[in-house]
Amino acid sequence: MLIKNSAVAGTLESSDAQVTIEPGNGLELNIQSSVLNQYGRQIKAAVLETLNRLEVTNAKVTVIDKGALDCTLKARVECAVYRSCDQSASNIPWGGIIK
Amino acid sequence: MINAVGRDIPDYLLTDGREVYQGRNYKDGQYIKKASPTVKRGEKPMESKICETIREACERCGAHDGMTFSFHTEFRDGDYVAAMVCKVLVEEMGLKDLHVAATSLGSAQDIFADYMERGIIIEAQTSGVRGRIGEVISAGKLKKPAIIRSHGGRPRAVEAGEVHIDIAFLAAATSDSCGNAKGQGGKNNCGSMGFANHDARYADHTVIITDTLVPFPNLPSSISCIDVDAVCVVDAIGDPKKIATKEARMTDNPRELMMAQNVANVIVATPYFKDGFSFQTGVGGPSLAVNRFLEEHMKKAGIKMSFALGGTSSAICALQDKGYVDYILDTQDFDQGAAAHLFSNPHHIEIDLSEYANAANKGAYVNKLDYVVLSALEIDTKFNVNVITGSDGVLRGAPGGHPDTAAGSKCCIIVTPLTRGRMATVCKDVVTVTTPGECVDVLVTDYGIAVNPARQDIIECLNKAGIKHVTIESLQEKAYSLVGEPDLLEWEDKVVAIVEARDGTILDVVRQVKPYEYED
Repeated sequence: MLIKNSAVAGTLESSDAQVTIEPGNGLELNIQSSVLNQYGRQIKAAVLETLNRLEVTNAKVTVIDKGALDCTLKARVECAVYRSCDQSASNIPWGGIIK
Repeated sequence: MINAVGRDIPDYLLTDGREVYQGRNYKDGQYIKKASPTVKRGEKPMESKICETIREACERCGAHDGMTFSFHTEFRDGDYVAAMVCKVLVEEMGLKDLHVAATSLGSAQDIFADYMERGIIIEAQTSGVRGRIGEVISAGKLKKPAIIRSHGGRPRAVEAGEVHIDIAFLAAATSDSCGNAKGQGGKNNCGSMGFANHDARYADHTVIITDTLVPFPNLPSSISCIDVDAVCVVDAIGDPKKIATKEARMTDNPRELMMAQNVANVIVATPYFKDGFSFQTGVGGPSLAVNRFLEEHMKKAGIKMSFALGGTSSAICALQDKGYVDYILDTQDFDQGAAAHLFSNPHHIEIDLSEYANAANKGAYVNKLDYVVLSALEIDTKFNVNVITGSDGVLRGAPGGHPDTAAGSKCCIIVTPLTRGRMATVCKDVVTVTTPGECVDVLVTDYGIAVNPARQDIIECLNKAGIKHVTIESLQEKAYSLVGEPDLLEWEDKVVAIVEARDGTILDVVRQVKPYEYED
């Protein structure tokens, strides 16, 4: 998917993550997390897996994680991507690549 | 050398007879020669010991480079005195190579972090580290490793001469001109001075800092004028409203209340719950809430407590006023209600940290404790508890009386949620061992109860009472299934803190944290 605009999803509450997506060349990932030392690897994997599934190849992605579970991270990334493509109001492929 | 909780202690730390942790009660029965302070005689009659400034008091007490100074933290986050004094020592007097011996270090002493970074404070010995000081120590900025001791370990080390305090600067709510001082009756009250009065007897010099000077003699007092060199009057010694911070709160969270209820059920199912039992809670939300649920059980059984020990909250004072608690033996007051309640009931009594928990005296009150309910940052499948380092390996907690009460009590119950955010509280290996698993008997979480297999007697009691319990391994697996298995932390070689067991042996070390890097 092509990232058209900047978009944000999520909050900075405990157990949530705030994901910001901006247009970019290639994938640029910036992760800050309150549990980085123990879960940095898994957070990065969850974010990359989701971007990969949505076929996002060019974007600047910033994740500020406050101890979110993987399911939350995935949902926040998906939401930010669809918002950035102006598809979040009507064209979300539920049951397709959004499982 | 690998110690009794499986931690590898570097050999270079094992000097001057220092040993690694060998197990509970290892030093029982040994003799120890107590250290004694060197005191300046006050033979010539003197009307008053008041000094106009803190600096004058420091000079009178011979403040010098390389000295060890102490203070108490009964005001917790509201303490003004430690920072005030340290500023005088450093900024006004230009002293260096200072050693700090504190009952705790937290945000109220943030200025110490600057002095540690500048190499002016070179060593810290404390029962707790929070805030910026923890970050600075974890980053390896102190010349010598910090020493973390329990509340009982601190007076043990002082009496053994391992910590020699040159000057104790002790905040007191009231004092007379000669140093009879206490935690009540002033503008800003902390209640019990249990953290302070032992220092007054063992330090070479003692300075009382108060904001309320009262006529001589200020009796009965917690600190006696015979132990005091100087008295300073300042505008304010602390903000008592900040004593009750988020570490000491009364919860209304239904999950925590459910856990508290289950703790009370476990207590009632064990044989020590009978007339004259004794009890202590920590300050975590669910542990403090246990007080609420105990009342109805005591009422139903028609029994009362002989004594409640340690840190004191309004909840336990209310139980005493209703006749359910004979004595409160108070080292620290967690809120203003408790601080005001001290002495108002003649059975609500102040005790010092040695009386409370010192393993090297002839028998501290923890040895008579039936139940203690404590919280944990982490607990592993060997029941080892961590209350000092966070999931990032940074110092941010306080053993306090945790290891002492766990070791002394007949039934030690840890109450904690299974996970906090993404952190698994029940884990395979705690980052740092602060309380050995052999001292921990029962774990109560929001996902179930586990009993230490070493306590088959408690398992039988729970079975008889129909209280469900599972293995601690199954709780750990449940936690990891929710949050994922955490990666192991990465450390540098440098030891930044030594966690001393209550008997003076080395329980664990904390190393400098390695900045996180992704492996690509």
